[in-house]
Amino acid sequence: MNQPVLAVSGVDKTFTMHLQGGQRLPVLHELAFEVHAGECVALGGASGAGKSSVLKMVFGNYAVDRGSIVVHGPSGAIDVAAASPREVLAARRAAMGYVSQFLHCVPRVAAQQIVAEPLIERGVAAAEARERAAALLTRLAIPERLWSLPPATFSGGEQQRVNIARGFITELPLLLLDEPTASLDARNRDVVTGLIREKLARGTAILGIFHDAAVRGVVADRVVDVELFAAATVAAA
Amino acid sequence: MNDAPPLLEVRGVGHAYGDRYGCRDVDLDLWPGEVLAVVGESGSGKTTLLGALSQRLSLTDGSVRYHLADGTVVDLAELSEAAVRRLWRTEWGFVYQNPADGLRMHVSAGGNVGEPLMAIGWRHYGRVRAAAAEWLERVEIPVDRIDDAPVTFSSGMRQRLQIARNLVVSPRLVFMDEPTSGLDVSVQARLLDLIRSLVTDLGLAVIIVTHDLGVARLISHRTVVMKDGQVIESGLTDRVLDDPQAAYTQLLVSSILQG
Repeated sequence: MNQPVLAVSGVDKTFTMHLQGGQRLPVLHELAFEVHAGECVALGGASGAGKSSVLKMVFGNYAVDRGSIVVHGPSGAIDVAAASPREVLAARRAAMGYVSQFLHCVPRVAAQQIVAEPLIERGVAAAEARERAAALLTRLAIPERLWSLPPATFSGGEQQRVNIARGFITELPLLLLDEPTASLDARNRDVVTGLIREKLARGTAILGIFHDAAVRGVVADRVVDVELFAAATVAAA
Repeated sequence: MNDAPPLLEVRGVGHAYGDRYGCRDVDLDLWPGEVLAVVGESGSGKTTLLGALSQRLSLTDGSVRYHLADGTVVDLAELSEAAVRRLWRTEWGFVYQNPADGLRMHVSAGGNVGEPLMAIGWRHYGRVRAAAAEWLERVEIPVDRIDDAPVTFSSGMRQRLQIARNLVVSPRLVFMDEPTSGLDVSVQARLLDLIRSLVTDLGLAVIIVTHDLGVARLISHRTVVMKDGQVIESGLTDRVLDDPQAAYTQLLVSSILQG
């Protein structure tokens, strides 16, 4: 078989709450799974099981106690669990995208520019990047009169669609999705489902959290139940 | 670009005021195009560190190696005063918290931006003025204010002018000491957005000292957390802020969220 785009193995994650007397909250133990090109893996498990933490560890946003998280990008493999900050940034640029649950609004930057930025940062000409941003915003039903405005004042659903457009505009080997269809109506949910399927058809590996069972059923090839890797809770020291 | 050598290599740096250390045992590397935030409360040693790295304070311990534009590597402590002055004219900038410290308050805005160009040998008045006008535009100062002195400007405009005065010579490394504190929130947002886009466009390396974690999140790639003169945590900015490991960083992050 081909090598996986993402290979997670032996990962432990514990949160130490220093403000609560050093209380340790073990979340995950010996987490292991793989995601291959063109495959969509859904993370399953109850709220609080650590699904979002898994996405954040893969993206390098959360630290990892032990284990490896190997992402195979165009310029080789990198173990995010052990990589330096610069290596993580390089892997984000070349190999993985992340659509968070909420848009981090940058003050004063227009919606179309926010969506175009990931392309411009990767060397696409500004005019072409804005054109592709416009096409995605149109597809996600963001009215053109909003494109030149910063999304801080948009509705929750509009912000989320800007966020999705920003996350989907690049073509990277691995895409991480945290509840991409939360707060979307049925029509926009179908648009996002379509975008996900197009990514998969082009060979993108997707790891996601899909609360909506209908969406999960349409896009996910299999489910990794995070609860199977739950760490035993240890009482406060 | 990943294989490029660091611009600045800092090893075991400390600066002591008498027998008390303002900062101590600091190791860090800075690469071209990278923005490094130094965060901590007042008294944590972050401004002392900025002073020591920029040669404004002497090094009590350690060394700072800098890769010059011509490719040679120098130990900053061994440079002559003239060589350091040349660095400030051509490769380095310093943005002060208080614009009055970095500007000539009674010289025209155009003069403030044109002066660094003349210091590196520009002689043609028309070209200096044209470059100054272009920079005023880039920092969103109306060009018709070019002959007005910054003493007549708002604090946000003064800070933007100070940034233009620093960037007009295309420096490679810019030190910033709390550039947005003391400004209204809306003015702050505008300035941050400006710094963010200029840094990206020009590929600048920046070391920015701030007590505001929001500023660090918005514009920096990496963050160093200081307490009692020492670095207690460092790493990718979003990881330091979203999954802080040190007790003190957790306290800083939780304090911000309450605000």
